Amino acid sequence: MTMFSSRNWREYPHRYRREASKFTKSGKTYHPKRLVDPETGDTEQTTVILPDEGKIVTYTVIRVAPSQWGDLSPYGLAIVELTDGTKVFGQLTDCDVDKIEIGMEVRLEFRRIQSEGHHGVLSYGHKFVPKWF
Amino acid sequence: MRTVCIVGVGMSQWGEVWKQSLRDIHTDAALKAIKNSGVDHIDSMYVGCMSGGMFVGQEHLASLLTDYMGMRGLPATRVESACASGGLAVRSAYIEVASGISDIVMASGVEKMTDVDGDEATYALAAAADQEFEVFHGATFPGLYAMMAHVHIAKYGTTREMLSAISVKNHNNGSMNPVAQYPFKVTMDQVANSVMVADPLHILDCSPITDGAAAAILCTEEIAKSLGKPYVKIIGTSVGTDTIQLAQRADLTTIKAATIAANGAFKMAGKTINDIEFCEVHDCFTIAELMVLESIGKYKPGKAGEAILAGETALDGAFPVNTSGGLKSKGHPVGATGVAQVIEVYKQLTGQAEGDRQLKSSPKIGMTQNMGGSGGSSVVHIMEVA
Amino acid sequence: MAGIVGYGVHLPRHRIKVEEIAKVWGADAPSYKKGLMLREKSVPPPDMDTITLSVEAARRALKRAVVVDPTEIGAIYVGSESHPYAVKPSGTTIADALGATPDIHCADFEFACKAGSEAMFVAMSHVKAGEMKYALAIAADTSQGAPSDALEFSAAAGAGAFIMGTDNLIAECGMTHSYMTDTPDFWRREHQFYPQHGGRFTGEESYFKHTKGASLALLEKSNMKPSDFAYAVFHQPNGKFPQRVALELGFTQEQIDPGWLAPTLGNTYSGASPIGLAATLDIAKPGDYIFMCSYGSGAGSDSFIWKVTDRINEVRENAVLTRKLLAENLIYIDYGTYAKYRRKIKMND
Repeated sequence: MTMFSSRNWREYPHRYRREASKFTKSGKTYHPKRLVDPETGDTEQTTVILPDEGKIVTYTVIRVAPSQWGDLSPYGLAIVELTDGTKVFGQLTDCDVDKIEIGMEVRLEFRRIQSEGHHGVLSYGHKFVPKWF
Repeated sequence: MRTVCIVGVGMSQWGEVWKQSLRDIHTDAALKAIKNSGVDHIDSMYVGCMSGGMFVGQEHLASLLTDYMGMRGLPATRVESACASGGLAVRSAYIEVASGISDIVMASGVEKMTDVDGDEATYALAAAADQEFEVFHGATFPGLYAMMAHVHIAKYGTTREMLSAISVKNHNNGSMNPVAQYPFKVTMDQVANSVMVADPLHILDCSPITDGAAAAILCTEEIAKSLGKPYVKIIGTSVGTDTIQLAQRADLTTIKAATIAANGAFKMAGKTINDIEFCEVHDCFTIAELMVLESIGKYKPGKAGEAILAGETALDGAFPVNTSGGLKSKGHPVGATGVAQVIEVYKQLTGQAEGDRQLKSSPKIGMTQNMGGSGGSSVVHIMEVA
Repeated sequence: MAGIVGYGVHLPRHRIKVEEIAKVWGADAPSYKKGLMLREKSVPPPDMDTITLSVEAARRALKRAVVVDPTEIGAIYVGSESHPYAVKPSGTTIADALGATPDIHCADFEFACKAGSEAMFVAMSHVKAGEMKYALAIAADTSQGAPSDALEFSAAAGAGAFIMGTDNLIAECGMTHSYMTDTPDFWRREHQFYPQHGGRFTGEESYFKHTKGASLALLEKSNMKPSDFAYAVFHQPNGKFPQRVALELGFTQEQIDPGWLAPTLGNTYSGASPIGLAATLDIAKPGDYIFMCSYGSGAGSDSFIWKVTDRINEVRENAVLTRKLLAENLIYIDYGTYAKYRRKIKMND
């Protein structure tokens, strides 16, 4: 289950800065970035930064968690539609798992996502937290 | 294209098979299939396996397995499409026979999942989801299907009873299957009160971790006839794909890959869903069976649940689903599942299903739907009794 | 004139009460609450660390700075005694997350609880010298107190971030003074999980001597007296020390109140006086003078005089206020959860 640091490093633009592809023809935005618009085949694109707020489209609560996530169990997972319409997948945190619901407003917050044991690299990215301000 | 038939099948015991290795259970199923078919040789083999590497540290399976079958030198290929690997092995074997390249081809599937602990098994299975953008965030397979379930519930009012009824039905069917891992019956209350794994899915909504292998012999109709045994014809085969990232799907209440695969198979067979008399579908989770029945067009969106509660998909219903017990009761050795589904339809069409699960209606046409990951791939086969 | 262009804070939402810790160790909660003037402290959950707190605080600082493009930041200095890596800078991750790389200087600072004010001092020096347009200073910690130790009642987590510059200031820095001696009142050796301290030696000869030393020298140097200031902020290892030193120096309770966070936040170590400053900026008016003095064991203090400008009123509401983070949407946890979150339970790994 080793996560080599290069594999994580490569994704920093997506994980740290929420960079996404916005395709010229369709105007559609995809996270992570991709070379080809899956709907139009268009390759002309610009890099955009995704917004930091959105609403839950669907969710679950992981109650039987892999040991890697044991100290956060039970934890919520959600697909969130951001304010620009892009949908992203992530974990919910700082959140009463029994109060999660579709439509709930969340904010994206920079968090530690994984740590490879006590010796390996730390991986960072964004999690969803309930929007309260 | 030549007509392709199934003339013999074999399965190892399914479950926690502590005494046998991956190579042993595969050899067991393969030799049973060859013996059952009556062929004196096979020309080649396709074996479906999702993750020999992560489950037992073994890749290069096609060569290893042919060696242990006593067939060194046989042309053999491993195919992979996560939990749809088995279905894809059948399709690959079909194409090789239909094209005229070979006359007798074995399609097999195998997975040995209990040699790792629960954590590692979860990790290996999760590799069928998007590693960098789903698994990275703590996604598990029950979790991904649970997220689809919540949308289905919100959109159509799908109920706990509808999901529980699927588990109850499949365990009832599986109780009559001698190779099933969990051949016991469960009640609606037991399902609803079992441990919550990923809201809203309970442990009895989930298929288990299973060791198992399955094999089928595919050949030309000329050879099938010469063997003098009952056989079935594969009249439709198709595979569909979709983005494996749930967040990138426009509609989470339907499995697009299953729709694509089913429509492709119907077109090839010249049939519609109304011609299909029974079906084995990929019930890795109860919600998956419900969504697939809608995705392949058997029920309108949001209508499968009521039909299930009314008993339509039961063994004595109008459209029996998962007569084998499905993945839920029979077990789900991921690489083998797709082959085992084909075996169940073969058995039902040829009147060989064990015990009381043999359909009394003497069906002529049956279908299988095998699925990879959270619906990123799906393989459909339609079979007709000869 | 150099000073602050934008500031931001981030705090964990989790809290543990003094009573909850005391009952596990058979300690007398009322006497701790009275003696240390602590009621509860913040606890970082496992997915929060100095880097994540810093990024969120810095993003808020950028929102308040308004005019600063991350690529214009010439340096990032992160003061903390709880950098997630022993070897590998926190600052690179933060800079990358902010979009401030690659043309930037970066260093992680460590000086017990004074690392944050050091970062502010150095960042400001750069912009004052005209070497760069903006420099980012971050003060952040997720500090550990050994189980049953008095520090366990106070060791908390939080971050404050300050973008320093010479234009568009919300607070000008009038003058600073630094004061230090080699005083072993608190330390953590390499590879050790928990710090150790000299008990009551952390008081008179340590905290009070250095805090007063830096404060009195700056007051003298600036020719100002406590009553010239609207507010004052001191390092707050607990609720009591900053209150005592403030009163002894001639400041009033009213002057320290806005930045006196320890009673319900605990000791955020490097973050303590910088977050206190942020909370004070949250309510300060243009023209107000703010006195600030940090303290770090080992030992030393940095003192600062800030003068709030008109621009504060334009940008204050661009990000969440510190008192809101301190008091709203809290999640209270029990000692078991706290022990799990802070990795105090011996796991099989």
